[in-house]
Amino acid sequence: MDTLLFALFAGIAILSAVVMIMQRHPVSSALALVGVMGSLAILYLLLGATFIAAAQLIVYAGAIMVLFLFVIMLLNAGAEPKPLRQSFLARALGFPLGIALIAILGFLIQRTVPPDSVVVRFADAKAGSPQDIGRALFTQYLLPFEVTSVLVLIAILGAVVLARKET
Amino acid sequence: MNFYLVTMIKLGLVAFVFLTALAYLQWIERKVIAHVQLRVGPNRVGPHGLLQPLTDTIKLLTKEDLLPGHVNKFFYFIAPILSVSCALVGISVIPFGPKINVFGVETYMQLTDLNIGVLVLLAASGLGVYGVALAGWASNNKYSLLGGLRASAQMISYELPLSLAIAIPLLVYNSLSMREIVEAQNRFQFGFIPAWGIFQFPYAPFLFIAFIIFLIGAFAETNRIPFDLPEAENELVAGFHTEYASMKFAAFFMAEYANMVNICCLATHLFLGGWVPLFPAPYSDFVPVALFVASGAMMIFHGLNPRIKMDGYTLPAFGVVFIGLGLAHMAPVLKDILVPLFWFLAKAGFLLFLYIWVRATLPRFRYDQLMDFAWIQMFPASLACLFAVGFIVAWWGL
Repeated sequence: MDTLLFALFAGIAILSAVVMIMQRHPVSSALALVGVMGSLAILYLLLGATFIAAAQLIVYAGAIMVLFLFVIMLLNAGAEPKPLRQSFLARALGFPLGIALIAILGFLIQRTVPPDSVVVRFADAKAGSPQDIGRALFTQYLLPFEVTSVLVLIAILGAVVLARKET
Repeated sequence: MNFYLVTMIKLGLVAFVFLTALAYLQWIERKVIAHVQLRVGPNRVGPHGLLQPLTDTIKLLTKEDLLPGHVNKFFYFIAPILSVSCALVGISVIPFGPKINVFGVETYMQLTDLNIGVLVLLAASGLGVYGVALAGWASNNKYSLLGGLRASAQMISYELPLSLAIAIPLLVYNSLSMREIVEAQNRFQFGFIPAWGIFQFPYAPFLFIAFIIFLIGAFAETNRIPFDLPEAENELVAGFHTEYASMKFAAFFMAEYANMVNICCLATHLFLGGWVPLFPAPYSDFVPVALFVASGAMMIFHGLNPRIKMDGYTLPAFGVVFIGLGLAHMAPVLKDILVPLFWFLAKAGFLLFLYIWVRATLPRFRYDQLMDFAWIQMFPASLACLFAVGFIVAWWGL
């Protein structure tokens, strides 16, 4: 059941990613990206990382992509025109070379996996509840957490300074 | 097998009741606004217009489904579906009562209890923005586009104070599961004050402010008056759903009401103690009985001296039904189900009434006031509240 769901949503994620690249209209691309994020959230859910799944939906799909879409709609960006001339080489070799790249990458990643590593089964993973994440963030990873929050604070200040009206 | 059977039964029950409630919420809204404005409201179809929702549904189903020539077809079709499905998902994590025992089967009065229940509701409302924004954009019409843009800007802005106001009670209850949130409020302080969020010692004043912020944010999040800028009819015709007709329009309509119901249920659980009654159990169990029997008796009395002829037949019938309902709150098996359900529905229903009441009372905000209000007043207020509650929790411990 878990493997079936994984295959289904991994497939949807890949399909949406392909659609996102192929579409010429920015709104379609943005929505396809939302599809990728949604299926990723479900993959997190299958791994037992419930909090990460919800955060993925709320932050990426619910906030960041809405802003993307908002800007696209506000600028009223239309569909990109089809390029008139495409290089013959790119058309003939692009697809096979892309497949070859993915195959080589997959092969290399599989070789770097240490032989004594544990196989993660979907239903077994349980350490993704909000409590677990909170405990990990505020004990083991306290320093990176605080550094990141300072970084975000600086970014917020920068945004405020940039957005302030010059008087 | 048992689990699947029970889940299917609960699913069917919740879906049926929820969808019917959405249709009747519309009738209640029209009636309440009419009475606020000294009108009668719908009163032609059925006794006191009670069959109006049914006829409205039939009308919307059989209406011609126009497809304007200038729209972006794919997004035009997908927008109402997105909108309504995101709105309907929310009800699946909302509990309606405690653990019950029906004919030996123990189950919770809830579809699923997730340990991220509150976040699921937030995610669903966050994704609901897409439906509105896409509808506005795909309609390819300036009024719709402006409506869609306004809706998304407003929903993003008000999501901030809303989420912070949700985080404040979560600090106190120490859980994200809706059922555990209610269980954390299920006790009585000094023997008689219920530990509802807004009464809970020593957080009560801050939680009350958070409750007010949450309610204001909820009005904006569901695009209701006084924050219904996305469909301000004297500026934007009908806003983002100008080009929609028939069932596609009905889908947006349903989504609005479903969002209202979800957010009222969430407010009930976070701040008003879910199904925890106002005073301790042996006495509070008789409140629904007394209320239903009294209203039933009043209906029978008015039915015996009818002002219009029809009332002579319908009011006594409804009166008998109400008295029966009241007595059902005392029956042995039903009592455990109905009494918590009554308290939950009474609070959620009051909040829904508040929505309608405000709609009948307040005028619409201006757009710049709307944004200033969110960013300059609500956001700092909710942040300060969060800090205060955080300090109290840190000092007093849990």
